[in-house]
Amino acid sequence: MEAVLKWLSDSQQIIYIVILMIFVGIEVIGRVPSVLHTPLMSGANAIHGVVIIGAIIVMGKAEGDNYPALILGFLAVVLGTLNVVGGFVVTDRMLEMFKSKKK
Amino acid sequence: MEFSILTLIYLIGSVTFIIGLKMLSHPATARKGNWIAAAGMTLAILGTIFLYRDDETGAKLHNYGWIFGGLLIGAIVGTLAAKKVKMTAMPEMVSLFNGMGGACAALISLIEFSHYAGEGFKNSITEAYESGDQIDNAVLELGVQSGVLITIFAGLIIGSVSFAGSMIAWGKLNGKIKDFAFKGQHIVNQVILVAIVGLSIFLIYKIRMSVGPVDDAPTTPLNIAFITTMFYTVLALSLLYGILFVMPIGGADMPVVISLLNSFTGVAAACGGFLYDNKVMLTGGILVGAAGTLLTILMCKAMNRSLLNVLIGSFGGGNTGGGGGGGSKEQGAYKEISLSDTAVIMSYAHKVMIVPGYGLAVAQAQHACHELEKLLESKGVTVKYAIHPVAGRMPGHMNVLLAEADVSYEKLQEMEQANEEFATTDVVLVLGANDVVNPAAKTDPASPIYGMPILDVELAKNVIVNKRSMKPGYAGIENDLFFQPKTSMLFGDAKKVLQDLIAEIKNL
Repeated sequence: MEAVLKWLSDSQQIIYIVILMIFVGIEVIGRVPSVLHTPLMSGANAIHGVVIIGAIIVMGKAEGDNYPALILGFLAVVLGTLNVVGGFVVTDRMLEMFKSKKK
Repeated sequence: MEFSILTLIYLIGSVTFIIGLKMLSHPATARKGNWIAAAGMTLAILGTIFLYRDDETGAKLHNYGWIFGGLLIGAIVGTLAAKKVKMTAMPEMVSLFNGMGGACAALISLIEFSHYAGEGFKNSITEAYESGDQIDNAVLELGVQSGVLITIFAGLIIGSVSFAGSMIAWGKLNGKIKDFAFKGQHIVNQVILVAIVGLSIFLIYKIRMSVGPVDDAPTTPLNIAFITTMFYTVLALSLLYGILFVMPIGGADMPVVISLLNSFTGVAAACGGFLYDNKVMLTGGILVGAAGTLLTILMCKAMNRSLLNVLIGSFGGGNTGGGGGGGSKEQGAYKEISLSDTAVIMSYAHKVMIVPGYGLAVAQAQHACHELEKLLESKGVTVKYAIHPVAGRMPGHMNVLLAEADVSYEKLQEMEQANEEFATTDVVLVLGANDVVNPAAKTDPASPIYGMPILDVELAKNVIVNKRSMKPGYAGIENDLFFQPKTSMLFGDAKKVLQDLIAEIKNL
């Protein structure tokens, strides 16, 4: 029990961020017109590509001779980059079409 | 100093994500918003590579060759895939990229776990105990340790479910994987889920026991081989769960599933943020987790169903029950219409409503569609489009497609507006849409799509349905609309039919 409370107070910053971000996420999306649902989903998809940062940290900390970690980490970096780059480019391609219509 | 700059970079990154998402929700600013988020992401990635310092040792990152190699390969493949994909295949692409993100999160957990169950960890614990006065610290560390372990497991489980589920969703959308369900599948799913959670808790407890006494129970040494096997069992079960979770859900519900898996990956990314105390990962992940969940609920609302109903009362499951049987009894007669008749009816109408669906997307007929609209308008016919919120494979799919062909914004009517206008419409042209105009959603409580709001096309004077064949739509159910006396069928590929129709109207 003590350990749990300790963890709570140690991580209170993070817990605050989580709670506030939940509200921000809901608030920001709440007013989106249905036309933009697909690009928005795609954009959000690209943003959760931040996992790539975790992959880079893992990769950068791995010892040079720890091949299982290096290979898995390398794979993680490739997949994460795919998520980020592919996600943003696809979203841009979708939105490009909205722009041409505005003229 | 450098580390503080990184903190600032992460702060900027988090803010760009929020601003980016906000701008993405307005048509005028959406594209800029996307680039702002992308710029923030680039900054955060570069900052991490060059400025990151380990909390305790202060060591810089190394293995730059591997990191840049991975980034380069990912960036090239990602850009090419995203640039080359056809408009119709974009929903699949989103699902695929989402799966990559999930896999990335799961891999991180996989590597991090080896730090906790490996020999190095065991040694450091033993060391801590040999220098007696550190025991108190070690016990206090327990709380933090468990938190770290929980996030590693959460990242692994959520990431794998998201990866496996997204791959199935991807396969379903491009038609490679068919719906699959067996009796009692939901119970099997529940059992697997309980097994995953139970095993994880058991493992976390085991690892804690090796660190120090818990509730008077003595410290037990860690059996690394056992723990590792169990850990991989959790991984395997999570992948299996992801597959079984998406398998029975029908193709028409895929948008909802992808959106849900999207928010799962967000949460998995946030687990990584927890693990490394990394605020930008945490912010981005939770932001997407929350936004994705809301988006999922909004999509369900558009179909007048609850999320639970989509996940449990899946179309595939309904088929094994009454839904499939209901179709066969209804094989009435349908009538075909020729191109020239269609041309005459349409050019002498006052108002024509076009109902686009997935068939339009498959045939890439949006430009031909716009051409037909211009031609009819030049003959004094009012042409409008009735857009069902879930027409196509994703909400907004039709809007994106028609926007590509320069169809004006004002011509697109949302479902409620369109339903008011059908009564005064002379001709409704249904282009490759099926389930969204199926009256069974209103009349037949046994139908798997019962309760979904539909476009009331039968209110119009004439309904012309363009389809490739009489095959049922994605939900796999028969459509009574096609057998109604008002309805005429115009078979063929949407693009070819439209082009022929345009030629025919010009010849009148």
